[in-house]
Amino acid sequence: MRLLIKNGRVLDPSNGLDEIMDIYMENSEIVQIEKDIDLSGVDIEIIDATGLTVAPGLVDMHCHLREPGYEYKEDIESGTKSAAMGGFTSIACMPNTNPVIDNGAMVSYIINKAREVGAVNVYPIGTITKGLKGEELAEIGEMKFAGVVAVSDDGRPVESPAIMRNALKYAAMFDTPVISHCEELSLVQGGALNEGYMSTYMGLKGISRASEELMVSREAILSLTYQVPVHIAHVSTRNSVEIIRHAKAQGAPITCETCPHYFTLTEEAAGEFDTNAKMNPPLRTADDVQAIIEGLKDGTIDAIATDHAPHHPDEKNVEFAKAANGIVGFETALSLGVTYLVKAGHLTMAQLIEKMSVNPAQILGLNKGQIKVGKNADLVIIDENKKRTVETDKFLSKSKNSPYNGYELSGTVEYTIVNGHLVVRQGILL
Amino acid sequence: MIGNKKDLLGIKDLAAEDIELILKNAATMKYVLQQNSKKTPHLQGKSVVTLFYENSTRTRLSFELAAKYMSASAANISVGTSSVKKGESLLDTARTVDAMGADIIIIRHSMAGAPHFVAKNVRASIINAGDGMNEHPTQSLLDLFTIQEKKGKIEGLKVAIIGDIAHSRVARSNIYALQKMGARVAVGGPSTLLPPDIERLGCEVYCSTPEALMDADVIINLRMQFERQSEGFVPSNREYSRFFGLDEKRLIYAKPDVLVMHPGPVNRGIEITSEVADSDFSAIDEQVTNGVAVRMALLYMLARKGGSNEASN
Repeated sequence: MRLLIKNGRVLDPSNGLDEIMDIYMENSEIVQIEKDIDLSGVDIEIIDATGLTVAPGLVDMHCHLREPGYEYKEDIESGTKSAAMGGFTSIACMPNTNPVIDNGAMVSYIINKAREVGAVNVYPIGTITKGLKGEELAEIGEMKFAGVVAVSDDGRPVESPAIMRNALKYAAMFDTPVISHCEELSLVQGGALNEGYMSTYMGLKGISRASEELMVSREAILSLTYQVPVHIAHVSTRNSVEIIRHAKAQGAPITCETCPHYFTLTEEAAGEFDTNAKMNPPLRTADDVQAIIEGLKDGTIDAIATDHAPHHPDEKNVEFAKAANGIVGFETALSLGVTYLVKAGHLTMAQLIEKMSVNPAQILGLNKGQIKVGKNADLVIIDENKKRTVETDKFLSKSKNSPYNGYELSGTVEYTIVNGHLVVRQGILL
Repeated sequence: MIGNKKDLLGIKDLAAEDIELILKNAATMKYVLQQNSKKTPHLQGKSVVTLFYENSTRTRLSFELAAKYMSASAANISVGTSSVKKGESLLDTARTVDAMGADIIIIRHSMAGAPHFVAKNVRASIINAGDGMNEHPTQSLLDLFTIQEKKGKIEGLKVAIIGDIAHSRVARSNIYALQKMGARVAVGGPSTLLPPDIERLGCEVYCSTPEALMDADVIINLRMQFERQSEGFVPSNREYSRFFGLDEKRLIYAKPDVLVMHPGPVNRGIEITSEVADSDFSAIDEQVTNGVAVRMALLYMLARKGGSNEASN
């Protein structure tokens, strides 16, 4: 397959590139990046990217594809299509499937299945502990050789500090990042939303911010003490940002991510018992939103991940406390970033791409997130100024659990190119 | 209809005028209750179903009697012996009741928002008979009715709510209702049983009983739930009683004609002594009687679709 992108604003934050250029791709590689590439007479597909931004394909380092075990929520095929619609070309999926991804065979299964049906590149994340139980380390070495890009017990914390220390040291030996879901469970106990005014007002048990922050500080201290990398998943509070900022300043090899809902929504969103605003960690307050944005601006927060968490309507159309946690995220993430960060003047487009492509690729050790001759042709072409109204029922994900239905957002994905192949053309999945 | 709504889900949704009309109608119903023959035709041809996912004596019975006094067909679903035991969801159970033609479904559930969730999915009117820690609007309305009856007014009074505020839906509904009616509300309880940011609901907050009780016209004493001790919120019922229990000595801080109320069931000797619960200050039995009158008024108002909402004798 041969593709030529004409007259786009080519943005590659990894090498400071920001110019109107043409990009020529052959098979799965980028072959030429120059001004005014003339291939007239050659039979190739030409994309006119005038007025559009051409960026390295987005990389999501935290999503749930639900396969195997929960295919009624999502599967690799539907999940990767949804990801492609959102401009993602590489995604890393969490291991809390059924069975869980805690051994080499399961890792191979995901990789093979994704090769067969995946619309984008899929990189499995294995568990930290066997069966997500938090008791014994999973065979991290074997999983690494089978192809995991990280390990995480996401959805559950590793409760024992000793096991977490061992995991950090052991995984570092295999250059495998450990992604920590920070939650001190004894402070949660049946909590359904942020502990504070809204939990009091709605009569629901609250989830203390201290629950997240205590474990963020534990991971920061372990990382600093043993000089081993740790990555904090879905940071949601001001104090978590402060703790990570402090740990980085002290020299801890710590990285972290947040999700679009933590810089766009507050606990008020759950006001009418809207279960689509129920997630873990819960939506916090306006002050936390501001701190998350500050953390993104000053580099404390390295990445924006979706935490794409599809759930069936039967799991959301229930009593609030009973409703499953999480929202789908692939098909709104970029627009939310453009609208709430770039248009709002907090980040430049290049910085947003850094958070959504360059940095997550780097943390996971993927050879992605760059536009360079010889590199894989994974690209997204964005119309920064085009407006869209979110219609959740049109999502390609099997699940529609999103609090953003009806939102007017700026920034649309016009084209997604995965390994030199057009997957999304003019906003439509091929 | 109450305030143009088909349901009564919480005090939060009511305006002061709505509450006034409910209290007015309750007075009419109380008159009916005091007659020799307690039968009115107000709900003839209507059906009322109670769907309780939590234990209850007085709320459930008073709804049932209220419906029967007004000639409605009344039925109970007891969760222990229903299809709920087979794993039927709240939504499916409520839809089933709805499909059988219930006009009013009265729900009590351990999860906040459960009645709101059902209300969105059925045709019948829903009355919230207590949802988790959120609201217990009918209890609050009967408390207001009792205060009005005993004190002649609500506006300008100081009401102290004492006890486990955090887990109490009665406290929340009363905080909203009393303030809407112009009363001043002070809450008091152990710091571990005060919910975060409670002062943002507009009330005064104290961790000391004397301060909360100071010059109170009315005391609403809440039940101490035994399980809170095992959850580590208080060291023992004995210590709770020592610092927060309502006894004759503590009544001195309140006004001399203070009215003492309790939503029941009472743990005698823990949150309140028998001497106080059975004293002339206490309106605990009256509250129960008024509960039937208030619920009759609510059933009447919700069963009427359109037209005047004021009950006549």
